Amino acid sequence: MKFWRNPQYQSLRHELTPEHLFFDRRKLMATMGMGAAAAAVAGGSAFAAPAGALPAPGARVNFRPTSWKVDDATTPEEAVTGYNNFYEFGTNKDDPARYSGGMTVSPWAINVEGECEKPGHYDLASVVDYSKLEERIYRHRCVEAWSMVIPWVGVPLAGVLAQFKPTSRAKFVQFETYLNRKEMPGTNFPVLRWPYVEGLRMDEAMNELAFLAVGVFGKALPRQNGAPVRTVLPWKYGFKSTKSLVAIRFLESQPRTSWNQANPDEYGFYSNVNPHVDHPRWSQASERVIGGKGFSALTGRRKTDMFNGYEQQVSNLYAGMDLRKYY
Amino acid sequence: MAQHSAALRTFGKVWMKPLTLAALVAPFVYIVVDTTLVILGQPNNMGANPAEYIHHFLGVTALRILLITLAITPLRDLTGWAPLALIRRRIGLAAFFYAGLHIIAYLWLDLLWSFAALWKDVLKRTYITLGMAAFVLMLPLAVTSTNGMIRRLGRKVWERIHWLIYPLAILAVLHHFYMVKGIQPAPLVHGAILAVLLAYRVWKWAADKLARSPQTAS
Repeated sequence: MKFWRNPQYQSLRHELTPEHLFFDRRKLMATMGMGAAAAAVAGGSAFAAPAGALPAPGARVNFRPTSWKVDDATTPEEAVTGYNNFYEFGTNKDDPARYSGGMTVSPWAINVEGECEKPGHYDLASVVDYSKLEERIYRHRCVEAWSMVIPWVGVPLAGVLAQFKPTSRAKFVQFETYLNRKEMPGTNFPVLRWPYVEGLRMDEAMNELAFLAVGVFGKALPRQNGAPVRTVLPWKYGFKSTKSLVAIRFLESQPRTSWNQANPDEYGFYSNVNPHVDHPRWSQASERVIGGKGFSALTGRRKTDMFNGYEQQVSNLYAGMDLRKYY
Repeated sequence: MAQHSAALRTFGKVWMKPLTLAALVAPFVYIVVDTTLVILGQPNNMGANPAEYIHHFLGVTALRILLITLAITPLRDLTGWAPLALIRRRIGLAAFFYAGLHIIAYLWLDLLWSFAALWKDVLKRTYITLGMAAFVLMLPLAVTSTNGMIRRLGRKVWERIHWLIYPLAILAVLHHFYMVKGIQPAPLVHGAILAVLLAYRVWKWAADKLARSPQTAS
């Protein structure tokens, strides 16, 4: 179904910001003053927006240690922050680190829309409590058959979504990435239809693994990793996560998702890590381990685990589903 | 035929062939040095995924050298400088060399020398089928590239075999196009260059045919 024919989307149209305002909204907010702009756009926030700026990308953040760990060594930081897929900045792996410097990340707000009791335009600091950050070391498995072990810092996604009180009609949730054609050179080329959107079933989004990261390696997210806030879904291929999150939509039916729309045969809505279902163009049975030393920098591989090793936490979400059909 | 200066003649006779060879070997030296630095854990150019870098570098080098091979004849026709034809063979062989290394690197770094896995990939994965087909079509060209072979086969048969460069170049560009995720610029640029080079042949062929036909002769 095309996005613009989605009835949920139609019903939301009147709430959407016109494009010319949308693309310049950071500037608008900077000139008008943040509070006034937020009030003007959203008609007031449900939460008291705490004062104080967000930590700049790369600035230290406080967090509590984690019980979520991976047996293998953490990937070197320069690999995590230097080897990225963030096509808004270009399709080469070093493009995001090289070209994302001009992206405005503060102030930052998230539009919450659709089937929930508290829609609105929320300042990031009112959505994520920066005094309650925790670390989670997750394995990150890219659909391109490579993996890293990454220490994220953030909050569980479930708690954040619950704040907005999704109604019983909310069966899915869609996430949208920031789009600014001037700040994101890659968006001038139609690799995908921009802005980048991804989605989950509500029960997937509320799973304990689903995470909203604002930091990595104990520091606020660098731009190339999705500053200032992104989703992390370790049992799914990396592209299911949404970087630089600007909108959350609670929907009654399955939303459009970017890669699925670009190539439905290769990228399913679910896109759970699954060594038994190959990508049409390459095997998913094993993965290249990024960040090895010496010769293993070239040949280091490991067998891919079902649900990326998180079978215990998520397999019940897909009980009875044919995972070859719902890939 | 245009008149060429003494300097250009000296260049053609003395410098052109060794300089071409050096330029063709340079990417190989670069990748060997950089790979060694990776293994030694020294600062290098390859980023976080050296294997992917090597695959991409060798593949793109092979493809670009192949396009340069195809550009030699049009360049000779346009400039009227005949000696250019003397370096065409070594450029073509370099394309074959890098394509071979590209496959060896894939077999080594990704498949850990499993020929069975390679065969499975060739059968199953479109972009590998296309790439392998392009390489297989290069084999007869490489084998028949010696002077002795040209003599033995005769110009006509030899030219017919070497006509294969056109379909194999198309296969190589398609291999790249189907390998990347989404619609990316690089394969499109290569495709556009190839289209121009092939269009030149079609145009020349049509012009020749027209010039030789009795209608225009009358």
